[in-house]
Formats: sequence, structure tokens, C-alpha cells
Amino acid sequence: MEKKLYRAVGQPIPKKDAMQLLLGKPAYLDDVTPKNCLVVKVLRSPHAHALIEEIKTDVAMKVPGIECIFTYKDVPQERFTHAGQTFPEPSPYDRLILDQRVRYVGDAVAIVAGADEACVDKAMRLIRVKYQVLEPVLDFHTAKDNPVLVHPEDNWVAPCPVGADNRRNLCATDCEQDGDVETVLAECDYVVDRVYHTKACQQAMMETFRTYTEMDVFGRLHVISSTQIIFHLRRILSHALGIPKSRIRVTKPRIGGGFGAKQTAVAEVYPAFVTLKTGKPAKIIYTRQECQIAGSPRHEMEIRVRVGADKSGKIRAMDVYTLSNTGAYGDHGPTTVGLSGHKSIPLYTAGLEAFRFRYDVVYTNKQAAGAYRGYGATQGIFAVESAVNELAEQLGMDPVAIREMNMVREGMIMPAYYNEPASACALDRCMERCKELFDWDAQYPVRDMGNGKVRAAGVAMAMQGSCISAVDIGSATVTLGDDGYLLSIGAADMGTGCDTILSQMVAECMECEVDEVSVASVDTDTSPYDSGSYASSTTYVTGKAVEIACGRLKEQLCSIAAEMMECDADKLYFAGDKVCAKDGSGFVELRDIAYRAQCNNTIAARASATHCSPVSPPPFMVGMVEIELDRETGSVEVVDYTAVVDCGTPINPNLARVQTEGGLVQGIGMTLFEDVTYSKEGRILEDTLMQYRLPTRLDMGHLRVEFEQSYEPTGPFGAKSIGEIVINTPAPAIAHAVRRATGVWHRELPITPEKILMADE
Amino acid sequence: MEIKLNLNGRAVTASAAPDTMLIDFLREQGCLSVKRGYETSNCGLCTVMMDGKPILSCSTLAARADGHEVYTLEGLQAEAEEFASFVANQGADQCGFCNPGFVMNTIALLRENPDPTDDEIRAFLSGNLCRCSGYESQLRGIRAYLDSRK
Repeated sequence: MEKKLYRAVGQPIPKKDAMQLLLGKPAYLDDVTPKNCLVVKVLRSPHAHALIEEIKTDVAMKVPGIECIFTYKDVPQERFTHAGQTFPEPSPYDRLILDQRVRYVGDAVAIVAGADEACVDKAMRLIRVKYQVLEPVLDFHTAKDNPVLVHPEDNWVAPCPVGADNRRNLCATDCEQDGDVETVLAECDYVVDRVYHTKACQQAMMETFRTYTEMDVFGRLHVISSTQIIFHLRRILSHALGIPKSRIRVTKPRIGGGFGAKQTAVAEVYPAFVTLKTGKPAKIIYTRQECQIAGSPRHEMEIRVRVGADKSGKIRAMDVYTLSNTGAYGDHGPTTVGLSGHKSIPLYTAGLEAFRFRYDVVYTNKQAAGAYRGYGATQGIFAVESAVNELAEQLGMDPVAIREMNMVREGMIMPAYYNEPASACALDRCMERCKELFDWDAQYPVRDMGNGKVRAAGVAMAMQGSCISAVDIGSATVTLGDDGYLLSIGAADMGTGCDTILSQMVAECMECEVDEVSVASVDTDTSPYDSGSYASSTTYVTGKAVEIACGRLKEQLCSIAAEMMECDADKLYFAGDKVCAKDGSGFVELRDIAYRAQCNNTIAARASATHCSPVSPPPFMVGMVEIELDRETGSVEVVDYTAVVDCGTPINPNLARVQTEGGLVQGIGMTLFEDVTYSKEGRILEDTLMQYRLPTRLDMGHLRVEFEQSYEPTGPFGAKSIGEIVINTPAPAIAHAVRRATGVWHRELPITPEKILMADE
Repeated sequence: MEIKLNLNGRAVTASAAPDTMLIDFLREQGCLSVKRGYETSNCGLCTVMMDGKPILSCSTLAARADGHEVYTLEGLQAEAEEFASFVANQGADQCGFCNPGFVMNTIALLRENPDPTDDEIRAFLSGNLCRCSGYESQLRGIRAYLDSRK
């Protein structure tokens, strides 16, 4: 491993916006947009599947203060997707702003805008809708080729060849394999064949979906939104509204959390349509209930894993079939499912002779899913890691030992990961260190605490990507100002700290202090193009663009200095606060270069770079959990969670650590508490956070996080990614520990006390 | 109806509809630190002080504040700054949306119990949800602040 000494990279500095946020300064959408605007709300369907036969708005329109009410009769008829993805989107174009057919409880029926909330609420109650209620498709097992179609319409379009077919309720389907999996499985001494089920968990970011829209002085639609994807959003709105992208400008304030939820244009189309039609500013703020029933949660998946090994524990073949439920619309449907195999099977590359990965993604009349941290990998890793734990048990092997024997190691080519290389992989060291920190050999045996409680341990590994290879674009523009640098990016800091870590990279390259780097606000008019903050890509892709841009800027600054020193630029070098002659004959100070840049000068003191990576180097990690399980009540307490992560070079160890801790706790919530169930009519029961229970600080045991560094040669300063991988280990590790404590494998999440007790009986 | 209260140390008289919640009244008064996370009073984001006690402004009628003293984070900047930098040093602020409620309740905790144990901190702040941090870094920040005073 390459060890390098850095000045700013690797420093645990506070986020640049930390004190302003901690002191409650106005920073978020509702703090910084005008109060004087139309209040927009959406009337939602009470039925899982219905046709609107008649909709009467005349009485509602008479409510004083009501500006407009729109129904399916008023909107453009070209279908589009809400998914924030690079064009052409893999997600089918299956949405209208408002549709005559409603496809889930919560689907949009009418848009109401008025002077204040009270009049809008009153008008919503006065809209009369006559529905022709249709039979819904609620069971995702029977969705494929069901006679009831979720999207029977003729103008449904799939822009990419993802195997989608609206006449079969199919959003995507595929099969890939390497080697003959059936033959190898038949030869294996041990084969585990199990089915695992994960739910449509909610991101539950603290700030709900919200957007403000206005017409600007040039007559363009200015959209201010709490979004991860300013550029994709501009294109989505252009498709939805039928106006050119050049007539739309998108900006974002600080974002109160995203976790992928805001990688989908959940709320933006409604106020945008109102402003476009009325010319007046408009704002929508989702209630928490709307987020729960009409948001963009994780895809529910059922995953069948067949894994085969020989007597020694060598894993020879793996066969994964994923059935994914995209709900009523296909946002991120064809892509999330891919990660359930591509980010799980390669963990066992070492001796794998054959693998097969097949999937179907189906439409149902349930809430449409979207992007949530982990993006399918979380689901796939729960299944594959659980199956490997079951296999180890059948073999009578230590679950750590079976992983040490079979895990992917640095330098291996991963056939199940597009044949990409594990160019930087410290998974083996993560396991070794985690085992030592956690004291695995002492903690693994089940211990009866003598008070009706037992303690037990579990283990899991995980991987993710660092971008979408050969797709994601990151760009950076770095400018030398009067003093200090201005960094302009199109990636969205949603609390993750990318504004800070990218500034650390500028400071590293330009040999200055991080405080001397300012970050420009994100704006489609002025920021360089960036796919957006998702797919764990910002550090790896945009970070590399920052590094390249800084290299170019140094050359530009040397050129300006060369004119000042009347010599050739190649005789000079950049030295942080000055540019010096290589032969020691003189120098000019940076501040004088900055002044010169503003007078009698034709060379820009600014440089841009755009970057895209042909590979997506996986970060790796190991998680080990100790639980205390109460045999009387079935309750599970996480006593200790130890995680060791290989994210390449941690650019900011504090922020990487907090990412890890936050991801672990979300993963623990998904495993133990966060459930999504439907009534038989198709209504979500956990529609508030009283029912959908998030982890509190009393639910957490001790979290221990360490890093084992690798050096990724294609990343900035050796960095890979951290944001998503960290949510992936809790589910399989805790399910493993529960099995140890109770003797029951729980293959469906969440593992609630009720399920533990019922299973015991 | 007319509401008279002492807001962040100054007398305020304003009219509000009888069903106005205190959170909306305070934001109307420019106290934008006060945030709404859920509608079911279980996230703690809207925490403010009424007569020195932390309350949830999302489930308190503005009328209840009539004749009382209310402090939001806007009025307690100096007290917050004392420990906020320790929280920042841990990177615990993250998206920041839950920070004002968390900081307000931490002020309430430290006023009531200047030297709390880790378990007392966890218990006192258990009603303040955070989806980003996993809570440990917030605890480390408060602990570092407490240790710095010893």
C-alpha cells in the first residue's frame, strides 16, 4: 500500500457549514424562500387502483383564496420518469403529472394552489371525485403476467433495453451468468437454498420533500429544491412540463438529509406546473405522512440464494434470483435490482467457479420505490451473507473462517462485477482487525446471562461501488480570487460534507488552508455539470475532477506569472503562496498573480475539469455485532457493533466515521424496527413515524468504527467511497446473532420481538 | 387573537389565529431555527424553551405562550456556541436539520445537570431524533465539551 503524507487530505476538520447549522441559522428551503407565495398541495387517491370517472372542482374553486386546481385533463400527455438518472434513463417513462388512472393509495389526483394552507385544505375537501375502483395488484409474487395491468397505456415507453414490458407488469428483467452454475452446484458437497425478504424502508430524512418555484426576471422557471440532482431535475421538469431545458434553472439550498430519497423528483413537478400556468411563485412542503405513503422508498425484494461449497468450505457456485417490487412506477426499478447481485456475489470471488444472477422487477399497485442508500446492494447482501452464514453452520465452520477462505482479495478480477479488478482491497485486513477489535473468538459462543437473557454474535461483509462506471460525470471549476480560491461543483452536499472534503482536496493541491477555499452554491446556470450526489460517487468522481482542475489551474497561474516575469511558463513551478523560477532566479507572490489576473491579462485564473471513470472500485467492510436477546419478550438490544471499513484513503476521517455510524444505525433500524405493511385494500399502515419507528439514541449500543486503508490508483488521493456501503452489514449480522441466540433463522426483515417470540413457539 | 409574550428577551405582541401552533407563530416571528420534522411530536426538532423548560412547539398552541417567556436558539446563541464547536469537531452536525432542537435540549440538559453521565445524556436527549449521525458523534461532542471544563 502506498503511504503518502498530506497536509489537508486525511485531516478530521469540521464541516465548513457546521457552526451555522448548529446555531440554527436560516439555511434550508423554507427558511430562505419567500413566504409570500402560493401554497401547493396534492389531493391523493384513497384507492390502490382506480380510474377517475368524474372530477368536480367547481365548488372547491369558489373557496376564497384558491388560485387554481388542476386535474388530469390539464396536464401534458407525454410520459416521463421521476428517477434522477443520466439520460437516457433506464427507468421507464411511465408517469404523467396527473393521470386518469391512479395506481396506489396516495397517487396524485389533483393539484390545488391557494393563498394559504387553510383555504387549500378546505378546497381539497370540496373536490368531488367519482372513481371506478379496479382490482389492484398487491402481491408482487403474482404481478408478472397478471391479467390486471398496472400500466396498460399505449404511450408507456422504456427508453433503454432493460427487458421492460408493460403488458406483463414487467419493469425490467435479465439473466447473466459465468460458468455452468447448475453443474457446479450438483457437484458441491453442501448447497444452501434459501429465500430472503426485505421491505420498502423509508429514508426518513429529517427535512421532508419541498420545492419553491418562481418565474425569474428573464421569464424562466426558477426551481429551488431540496434535491440531490439539480441537472437531472432540470431535464425531468423539461420532460414533464414540455418546455425547453434552457427555460429552467434549478438551484438548491442546504438539504436536510437525502439518503437517496431526493435522487427522485418526488415533489417538484407540482409547484413547477402551478408556477408555469399562473406565473406566480409557489411552494410545496410534504407532510411526513406524504413522505411515508408517496415518497421514494427502498425496493421491496425477495431474493433466492443457492450457494454451494465443497467439504473444506470452498464456495464454488452461487445462484441468485431477485424479485423486486417497484410499486406503481418504475423509478430506479431496473437499476437497483442489479446491485442485489453485482454487489453481493463478488464478495466470494476467490474460488467461485460459476455464478448466475437473474431478476424480475415487477409493477404493483403499491407505493413506487426509488433510491435509498445501498440501492439494492443492501437487500442482496442481507440474502447472500445470511446464506453464507447458514452454509458455515451446515459445514460446522466458523463463519469468519469460511469468509477468510473465500473472500475477494486485492488484485483479483471479479467476474460477477463486470470483470472489474479489485485494484484496492483491504477486505482481508478489515476481517482480521474486526475480529481482533471485537474479540470474535470470545464473543461468538452463545452466553446465557442467567436472567432470561442471552448474548450472541453475528458477522457480515459488504461492498458497494464508487460510481456508475462509464456513466457518472463529476466536474469542478476552481478559480483564484482576490485572495483564496472558489470551488464550483454541481454535486449536492446533503449533510454528507462533500463541500468540505472537496475543499480539502483543493487545499491539498493548491497548498493552501481549507479556510481559503470557498464553495459556490449549486446552480444549473453556473455550476459545471455533475450527475449529482448519488451512487457513492462524489468523493471518487467529483473529487478526481477537483484534482485535475487544480492541476490545470496551477499551469494557468504559472502562465500569468510567466508574463509578469517575462519568461517561459515551463521555467516556473507553483509553490502555494507563490510561483517560483526553477533556477531560483526569482518568484512572484500569489496575491500579485491574482491582481495581475484582473488587469492587462488574457489568461483565465480559472480552470475546469470533467471526469468520468471506466471502473467503479468497491469499498469493502466487515461488521460484527453482539446482541442481548430477552427470551421472555423477544426484544433485541444491540450491545456492541464493530465495523472496519476500507474506503481507500479517508479524506476526512471524522466525516467518514460519522457516515459509518449513521449508516450502521439506519441498518440496525431496518433490521429491528422499520416495517412497511399494507392493509388488504393496499393502504400503508406505517404512515406516520409513530408506527414507522426510527432508532433513537436509546436503541444503540456501543458503535466502534475503524478504517483499514487501501490505495485506489484511479481515485483522488487513493480514495474510494463511504456513503452507502455502511448500511449493508447490520441486517445479515444481526439475523446471524438472533439465530445464534434463538436457534431460528429469520429470513424476513424486520426481526421484531413478535416474530422472535412466535418463531420460538 | 392577540398574543403577548417575551420572545428571546424582548416583548412581542402579535395576532394569531386561535389554532396557530407555537412553531408556526415563532417562524412567522423570524425564528427560523425552529424546525418541523414530523406531525406526531416525536422528533424533537421544534424544541424551544418556555419559562426555562424545553417544550415541543409543534404540539403547543401559540396561545399557550401568551404571558410567558419563550426562548428559541436565536436567543441563546452564546450559550449554544460554548459546546457547539465541540459537536462540530466531531462532524456530528451532518445535514443540520435536527441540530437546533438537539442544541436546545442539550442546553436544557446542561442547565439541569451540568455534569451528566453518558447514560443521562442519552436518556435526556432520547426524544431528539437524528437520521444522519447515528448519535455517537453527538455524544462524543458533548463529552468532549464536558471534559474540557474539568
